Amino acid sequence: MNPYPDFRQKSPPLEGLGEANQKVIEVRDLVKKFGSFVANDHLNFDVYKGEIFGFLGANGAGKTTAMKILCGLSSPTSGKVKVAGFDIYKETEKVKRNIGYMSQKFSLYEDLTIAENIRFYSGIYGIKPAERKVKMEQLLKNLDIESARDSLIGSLPLGWKQKLAFSVAIFHDPKIVFLDEPTGGVDPITRRKFWDLIYEASDRGITVFVTTHYMDEAEYCNRVSIMNEGKIEALDTPENLKQQYGVKNMDEVFLKIARNKE
Amino acid sequence: MRTLFYVLQKEFIQVRRDKVMLRMIIMLPIVQMLVLVYASTYDLKNVNIFLVDKDMSSTSRQLASKIDASPFFTINNTSFNPEEGENEILNNRDDMVLVIQKGFERDLMREDKAKLQLLVNAIDGQSAQIGYFYAASVIGDFNKHIIAEWKGLPDFKPPYQINTPSRFWYNSELEYKWYMAPGVLALLVTLIGLNLSSTSLVKEKEQGTIEQLNVTPIKKIQFLAGKLIPFVVIALFDLSFGLFLARMVFNLPIVGNLGLVFSFGVLYLIGILGLGLFVSTVANTQQQVMFVTFFFMMIFILMSGIFTPVESMPQWAQLIDQANPVYHFMRVLRMVILKGSHFEDLIHEFVALCILGITFLTLALKRYRKTA
Repeated sequence: MNPYPDFRQKSPPLEGLGEANQKVIEVRDLVKKFGSFVANDHLNFDVYKGEIFGFLGANGAGKTTAMKILCGLSSPTSGKVKVAGFDIYKETEKVKRNIGYMSQKFSLYEDLTIAENIRFYSGIYGIKPAERKVKMEQLLKNLDIESARDSLIGSLPLGWKQKLAFSVAIFHDPKIVFLDEPTGGVDPITRRKFWDLIYEASDRGITVFVTTHYMDEAEYCNRVSIMNEGKIEALDTPENLKQQYGVKNMDEVFLKIARNKE
Repeated sequence: MRTLFYVLQKEFIQVRRDKVMLRMIIMLPIVQMLVLVYASTYDLKNVNIFLVDKDMSSTSRQLASKIDASPFFTINNTSFNPEEGENEILNNRDDMVLVIQKGFERDLMREDKAKLQLLVNAIDGQSAQIGYFYAASVIGDFNKHIIAEWKGLPDFKPPYQINTPSRFWYNSELEYKWYMAPGVLALLVTLIGLNLSSTSLVKEKEQGTIEQLNVTPIKKIQFLAGKLIPFVVIALFDLSFGLFLARMVFNLPIVGNLGLVFSFGVLYLIGILGLGLFVSTVANTQQQVMFVTFFFMMIFILMSGIFTPVESMPQWAQLIDQANPVYHFMRVLRMVILKGSHFEDLIHEFVALCILGITFLTLALKRYRKTA
């Protein structure tokens, strides 16, 4: 039934992680209001180094809002948030040195080539040209797109853009990479290849924080949190959640949580 | 500093890749300088006159041929019926009707005075006035001429006449194109600067790249400098290109110091680009940006004094113009290029442009936030 059985095996339980106790994200009583609308209602969670943390929820549940706060794109109304060990209020710029981000729009410059995009972003992060060249060769080889280095991003297929955007987002070896619904609009095979990259990054010790509404993807996360109407309703490993709700897959877990609310 | 280098490199590549933009950068100076300067001229060249000569005397014929011989006037039609002349004015075929009543010559001889009627189409008040004064001066000349002739004295001078020989300074031949060219240059630089800067930032918003940049450690000032410097360079290129064209095509005299022109150009552009950036921090799409910049351009240009002298605007309008950067820059260009004014003569403009530039830049810096 599951089209990607290998990922399940690769997804180790949290206790198996060597540095499991090192917190890279700490969120306490995070509240974000837009006028009288509460987008994030007292969120509390920790994310540990090297884990793949799934952030699930229906559209409008508050996932993107919370993620933008963690990235420093938006400031919270109240609460305590630490990312990569830095306070997001006072040390915003230090936070930004240590994170990578990939939005739903895969924001590479369409009118620049692959090589030019990499040069620009690594320039901003202060990566030396020599180092950049080595890493870029590696990246192009890894994605098997060496021949396309001088192609404009705008001319590439969507699946390539997503993979590239992810690779550029982790080019400066951040501690955490935030992915906001990274695999929207592509076929299952492309999505599977994308998750290969996520696992590689995780193996390198990069913590992956990913929002999605594909429930099959939720199965590949070490832990998932499920948001509903601004609150975190559940947070555990996919195995434990399925057990707890007595169902066979994450799809049903999600439906149960959403239905209980109604 | 190194970050700024990468930002600039990226911006220049993007301009180079944008074929439409590139064409505009080259075509705009050519079209504006060659078409606009020629088209927006007040030089009065071709006034069509409808002649109603009811006198049919030798004096009236002499007057008519004198007028027709003037380079400004052409006698287009003649008739005995003044109403026909009015019709010609109504359908825009003629601009003026000159009516010479019956008995013109007789009155002139017997009573030493005679009356003429001049009907002028004054829809366009400015050219009507100029046309009227030209016609009046031709008639006045003719008047002196016949007096001299009749008295039989070749050098006849009427007693107690005050003569005002005039010499026009800085533009002795009243070459209107020379007056227009610096004005059009100011427009050119404004149009290029405002459009490039405002669309470039909002394009990043539309593509979502601005969000990507906002999660990087890039500094606000680095990012905005990256949006300013390339467009200052491009607009200055257009300024020199436009000046070159004006020099080549209609021989525009450049009396003042070119260094001063370009220094003021930089100062002016920083303000204009600051305004462009501010607009694009407020707007979310390119359409919104175009709409807002168009609004500013309209007001700036119409109040700049390019077509109508600011000195004849109402007091309150002149006050508003102090906040109009185009007004100040146009004055600087005209003063330096045509008159050779020095920096000491331009202190007022300098201060005004500094204040406006700082204001616009501060607004843009304040409005552009990496964290919403």
